[in-house]
Amino acid sequence: MMATISPIERAVSEPPRIRRLLIGLALVFLTLFLFLPLAAVFYEALRKGLGVYFAAIVDPDALAAIRLTLLCAVIAVPLNLVFGIAAAWAVAKFEFHGKSVLITLIDLPFAVSPVIAGLIYVLLFGAQGWLGPWLAAHDIKILFAVPGIVLATVFVTFPFIARELIPLMQEQGIQEEEAALVLGASGWQTFWRITLPNIKWGLLYGVVLCTARAMGEFGAVSVVSGHIRGATNTLPLQVEILYNEYQFAAAFAVASLLTVLALVMLAVKSLIEWQARQTRRAALAMKGEF
Amino acid sequence: MQFRLKQRSVLPGFNLALGYTLLYMGLIVLIPLSAAFIKTTDLSWTEFWAIVTTPRVLASYQLTFGASFIAAMINTSAGLIIAWVLVRYSFPGKRLVDAMVDLPFALPTAVAGIALTALYAGNGWIGGVLALIGIKIAFTPLGVIVALVFISMPFVIRTVQPVLEDLEAEVEEAAACLGATRWQTFRWIIFPALRPALLTGFTLAFARCIGEYGSVIFIAGNLPMVSEITPLLIVTKLEQYDYRGATAIAVVMLVISFMLLLLINLLQWWSRRRHAA
Repeated sequence: MMATISPIERAVSEPPRIRRLLIGLALVFLTLFLFLPLAAVFYEALRKGLGVYFAAIVDPDALAAIRLTLLCAVIAVPLNLVFGIAAAWAVAKFEFHGKSVLITLIDLPFAVSPVIAGLIYVLLFGAQGWLGPWLAAHDIKILFAVPGIVLATVFVTFPFIARELIPLMQEQGIQEEEAALVLGASGWQTFWRITLPNIKWGLLYGVVLCTARAMGEFGAVSVVSGHIRGATNTLPLQVEILYNEYQFAAAFAVASLLTVLALVMLAVKSLIEWQARQTRRAALAMKGEF
Repeated sequence: MQFRLKQRSVLPGFNLALGYTLLYMGLIVLIPLSAAFIKTTDLSWTEFWAIVTTPRVLASYQLTFGASFIAAMINTSAGLIIAWVLVRYSFPGKRLVDAMVDLPFALPTAVAGIALTALYAGNGWIGGVLALIGIKIAFTPLGVIVALVFISMPFVIRTVQPVLEDLEAEVEEAAACLGATRWQTFRWIIFPALRPALLTGFTLAFARCIGEYGSVIFIAGNLPMVSEITPLLIVTKLEQYDYRGATAIAVVMLVISFMLLLLINLLQWWSRRRHAA
């Protein structure tokens, strides 16, 4: 920091009084609506002591919920990853009719309330739904069972990876791929050696966002789950059940697991952003040398 | 001119990529969504209209849209200040604050719901203080606003931040050289440049708020006619096996959400065009 402030700096910045006021306002708002809720999770979780905390986490129902939550993420994320890459390849590397309509349609699940996301699967697979009678005749359970929960999770996390990749790949253009193809590389070689390394940070970021949402989804999953303990409860649903049974410490203990997960996601995200900035800076420096 | 689906390109894989995209999108998103619209054709227009305009449903729209509007407004003003502070000033812990702004996107809504309830209930840290001056937040419509402020907080900050970073200092210096006060520069130079981003952020936040369910149901109290949001009403109808009623209300919400999505795309197109010019 400079000790003296030049006149031009004074002209294009605010007086210290205003600066302090604005910083103060921002921090007070964030404390009330962000930091205190975060602290409350851990405070409430540990209020009854570590014994209650760990008992809530190693409870068989909680462990089953952890397994189901992980299973949802393990299925939903790769499915949406493949879709995201395919959609971004088509949208970013080619010009075709109806492209902007396609981009808008990819965003649809973001605009749909999670509750409605659950509802549409009830309408499809429920007893009175389109496929309900056929599924019942063949003894296949989708609704109020694991497949329904996975499908609802896939729906709500559908756009995340495509959303990250499309602008990134549009910005990168097609020159590098064209060069590789002209030099004799096959299509897949070009993808693995040129495209994938170029998009890896954006891809990872999309995966992080997708995973966070897949593990944390509540509304959609709640509608299709049927709330069968130890069988169709994900971690967020387990939190709700414990809370509604007034087992507050246990509810917050399970919630604290999800909170730690969210904090890890944020850390990974910051790391990825930092890495991406470094890569871009290195690329700019290299361009400067030539 | 001959019609071609796509322009010629040397890159391979267009058919495979687009084909897979359309197939997957059709199976996961479009067919299930169309189920909701087709289900409502079971109802005649008068039946449909009667379901979506009962007093209880109307009260839920009023709460959902009113609280969403207020929450998005609060986040637009607070978001502008927070984005400004994060871009223009330096203070201890700034990078941590910047990273934490995304917490509402990463934190499951159910966790946000119970944490905010614990905090704003009469015996909570904040609720206890407010109770002394006779303000109740949890289990009232105010609680709905608090939950919606939390879950839609990052939108405005994250749309305004990049625009503010790209703003060229020369313009502000020129304004100052020409004798503008700092407030005039902000009002007439900086604010107009931020307006598309602010509007986009507001609309994104509003759209997110009207569909929100997980965080609100814990803090709202869920009294019919008073603190019952529309998504909760859909769930209630589903639990009573009133599939037609639930679907009718859902279709109203879907149509409004789609219009908002179109508006968001238009706004982003507008801000890109301004940005380019």
